Amino acid sequence: MTRSALDEHLRRNGVSRRRFLQFCAATAATLGLPLDAVPALAAAISAARRPSVIWLSFQECTGCTESLTRSHNPTLESLILEHVSLDYHHTLMAASGTAAEGARAAAEAESAGDYLLLADGSVPLKDGGIYSTIAGRTNLEMLQEAAKGAAAVIAIGSCAAYGGVPGAVPNPTGAVPIARIVKDKPVVNVPGCPPIPTVITGVLAHYLMFGAVPELDGLGRPLAYYSDTIHDRCYRRPFYDQGKFADSFDDEGARSGWCLFKLGCKGPTTHNACATTRWNDGASFPIQSGHGCLGCSEPGFWDAGSFYAPLSAPIHLDPAVTLSVAAAGAAAGAAMAIANRRRKAAARQVHQPAAVADLEKPL
Amino acid sequence: MSAMQFLVWVRGPGLQWSVAILIAGVLLRMFEILSLGRRPDLSEPRTATRGSGWRTVVMRSIPPASVFRTAPALFILGYLFHLGLLASVALFVPHLELLRRILGLAWPGLPSPLVDAAALVALVALLMVLVYRLRDPVRRRLSTVEDYLVWALTFVPLATGYCAFHHLLLPYTAMLAVHILSVELLLAAVPFTKLSHAYTLLLARWYAGAIAARKGVVT
Amino acid sequence: MSASFERGVDLLREVMDAPTAAYLSSCMSCGLCAHACLFYTETGDPKYTPIRKLEPLKRLWRQEFTLFGRLARLAGLARPLADADFARWSELVYDSCTLCGRCSMVCPVGNDIAAMIRKIREGLAIAGHAPKGLVDATRRTIEQGSPMGIKPPAFLKVVQHQRDDSGAEIPVDRAGSDYLVVMSSMEIVGSPEYLGALAKIFRQAGLTWTVSSTAYEATNSGIQIGVSDLAKQIVSRIVDAAETLGVKFVVSPECGHAYSALRWEGPNLIGRPYKFRVVHVLELIDELRRAGKLRTKGTFDEPVALHDPCQIVRRGGVVEQPGTLLKAVASKIRETEDQGMLNWCCCGGGGVSANHGAEALRIRVFTKKKSQIEKAGVAHLVTPCGNCRNVIEEALDHYGMKVEVHGLTELVGDHLDEGDAS
Repeated sequence: MTRSALDEHLRRNGVSRRRFLQFCAATAATLGLPLDAVPALAAAISAARRPSVIWLSFQECTGCTESLTRSHNPTLESLILEHVSLDYHHTLMAASGTAAEGARAAAEAESAGDYLLLADGSVPLKDGGIYSTIAGRTNLEMLQEAAKGAAAVIAIGSCAAYGGVPGAVPNPTGAVPIARIVKDKPVVNVPGCPPIPTVITGVLAHYLMFGAVPELDGLGRPLAYYSDTIHDRCYRRPFYDQGKFADSFDDEGARSGWCLFKLGCKGPTTHNACATTRWNDGASFPIQSGHGCLGCSEPGFWDAGSFYAPLSAPIHLDPAVTLSVAAAGAAAGAAMAIANRRRKAAARQVHQPAAVADLEKPL
Repeated sequence: MSAMQFLVWVRGPGLQWSVAILIAGVLLRMFEILSLGRRPDLSEPRTATRGSGWRTVVMRSIPPASVFRTAPALFILGYLFHLGLLASVALFVPHLELLRRILGLAWPGLPSPLVDAAALVALVALLMVLVYRLRDPVRRRLSTVEDYLVWALTFVPLATGYCAFHHLLLPYTAMLAVHILSVELLLAAVPFTKLSHAYTLLLARWYAGAIAARKGVVT
Repeated sequence: MSASFERGVDLLREVMDAPTAAYLSSCMSCGLCAHACLFYTETGDPKYTPIRKLEPLKRLWRQEFTLFGRLARLAGLARPLADADFARWSELVYDSCTLCGRCSMVCPVGNDIAAMIRKIREGLAIAGHAPKGLVDATRRTIEQGSPMGIKPPAFLKVVQHQRDDSGAEIPVDRAGSDYLVVMSSMEIVGSPEYLGALAKIFRQAGLTWTVSSTAYEATNSGIQIGVSDLAKQIVSRIVDAAETLGVKFVVSPECGHAYSALRWEGPNLIGRPYKFRVVHVLELIDELRRAGKLRTKGTFDEPVALHDPCQIVRRGGVVEQPGTLLKAVASKIRETEDQGMLNWCCCGGGGVSANHGAEALRIRVFTKKKSQIEKAGVAHLVTPCGNCRNVIEEALDHYGMKVEVHGLTELVGDHLDEGDAS
């Protein structure tokens, strides 16, 4: 099949050159590229052939796909997506069954070594990985096979990046992140539950321009989007610094837009672009809408305590444990009490009334 | 272990064990002390009512002017540190959220910038106290490894808390986790070091006051 | 480890109690106690820091009465006490502590350090590490009746002299009297006018009283040296005499620790309450004065300052009476710095004056009192304690200070208004 250049694709869909360049400038900005990189980015994207993209979905809720595709109008994001040759995607592709699997196999063969592997959902490992299978094959097998010919892997959403909901305690399926399975290819984690659409397209755009994955942090996340915490960029930060907190969701403080720390906001420990890029074309983000950040782009956020308990609150203080350890302390104390009294009594027992002669220095 | 996993651990099992050890240790020490008992005093008390030690528990915190003058730096720095620490711990809203969940008690906090200032005062006072301890011949002679260890156990939570609030030193998640861990180490050490004075001084002052008041000496 | 060292450790185990454990658990090593102790302030030597004098006691408490201390000892991480520790600490516990209790007043966590020194002496003494002078004084008290070796005949002679000098009756062994008067050796030898003054006071007040030929020694060397068994023996003489004579009150003399020994420690030493009450001579005189049974006329008109004896005021609870009585008989009283409860020790209490090895140190640290007296600008000092008086006179002599020391009861006796005396 012919793969037209992206700029031709955009032009055919009524996107003017001017608007395209604006998009490149915005993307460059979010990627942290300098202004003079914009023409290069535009040229790269324009000339980009439609790379093959294979999207594998494992133990996921499809929220990541929804986030990407749920747009108000045809957006540039969706156009980009249309541009890449999305050769395999459970939700979006028309084919199903053996035809679908056949398309995947063909794409993997044709673009061996070049295609981008996108994955959402976590991979179950317990009991040989039988808890999630597609076409009779475990997710593990499918991932390992697909990763062989991929140029790079992008783990989309917190499930793929860190294990997500399936990986939360007690993790009955033995769910693991993509990066735990794929060790020999570059893996980019794009966490979030779901991630912000522009973050995905930004990562893709970077790959299209540079042919390489962007700079990543210690958890495999693109620094361009995940280096700051929500707290660092939150517009309500002055209230945190002053100590003005909302106590409940509809009190005076909440209505005044005060900090949501007490209501469980995990902004301080959450790295994402929500506070700057925001959602729905920059319309808003959870805090702006009056709800604390859930911390959904951090590993293990489901097990990091209640969404409505502040960061300073304990995660499950079990009175039973406290009481039993305290009882052990009391028991030790009681034992010492007996020992102490015994020792004193023993000393009293051997007490011989002192005589003056006893006070002379022994020879 | 990632910074996030570390944070979840210190907010979870770390806190659980440190609080449990604190309570267990306090109970142990109280048994150790009280089990030694006190022989009943068979002398005739001077005051009509049995001597009360509660006055001393409170009043020993206020030194007479002549005593204050013998070591003004010690008193001033001691108060600045203790009050600053108290404000940082018990009047900072995020801490109050924690205390509310542990103790079931709530009280209003101070605006964060004031707590910030109090913490800074406490930190500076604590540093100066260390300098004095190293330079003053009496304290230098008295001090053991425990004294310096206890100083560090007290300093680190204050310093790391300050850094966390101001996003200094380490990335926030790690800084917060280190801060919480340092608090947990401090709590666990309380019953087994001179930090136990936090509660045994009530006993000590009470006994001293009661014994003296019985003789007619108000101290 | 000799048998007596083990006895010493056993004594320390016996005296360990909840207050002591609370004190040792609370010490913050702040060093404030040093600033309250004239053995530190006048020498600048940090080894005299009061709480440091208790190091062996603290180690024993930790190692034997705390769980982790015991575990540390089992694991070989804690060095057990040895006789050498007692030997090294003898100087600190006996030579450089008068049990004045100033440290106990200032400790921010409320530690009664003086009370613990009293306890640690129990261990050191029975282990043979009390100073020779104090041991000798104790022997004389036990064997002869007084630390200065005053036997009953000598005492009765003094009684006779005072009878003659004062012209007032001094009954001996009179059963059924209301008051039994006991004295300190220091008074018997150095200022017997005390007895004469009392005789006149009792006469004016119309009270029945007596002295005892078997129990005239109020001082208690057992308390000073820290051997409760001997202290019990010594105080029992007074208790037996008082209860045999059936008196209502025993009057404790102008002696610091005698009051503490008799009033506060005595019943605990003998294991039961007294069948009589103890009153300090100043308490008695003040009561009589307020009831109008004692009248004074005239005053001593030279500028005087009061030295508050530690064991009477701060450790005894007879706080107001010294000042009140002095005001009645002196017209120009100069307040010293730290007057009253925080007064500085004469340096000779707590057995230090009987301890010849401590003499040089005692004289040296007198500089604190010296400066107090000089700042008050007086040539006369009044104090209701015979030992304080003696110690201060010696030190004043050493420093070439022209200051006269008077007893308070004696001063009151000098100004007794006997206008309508019988």
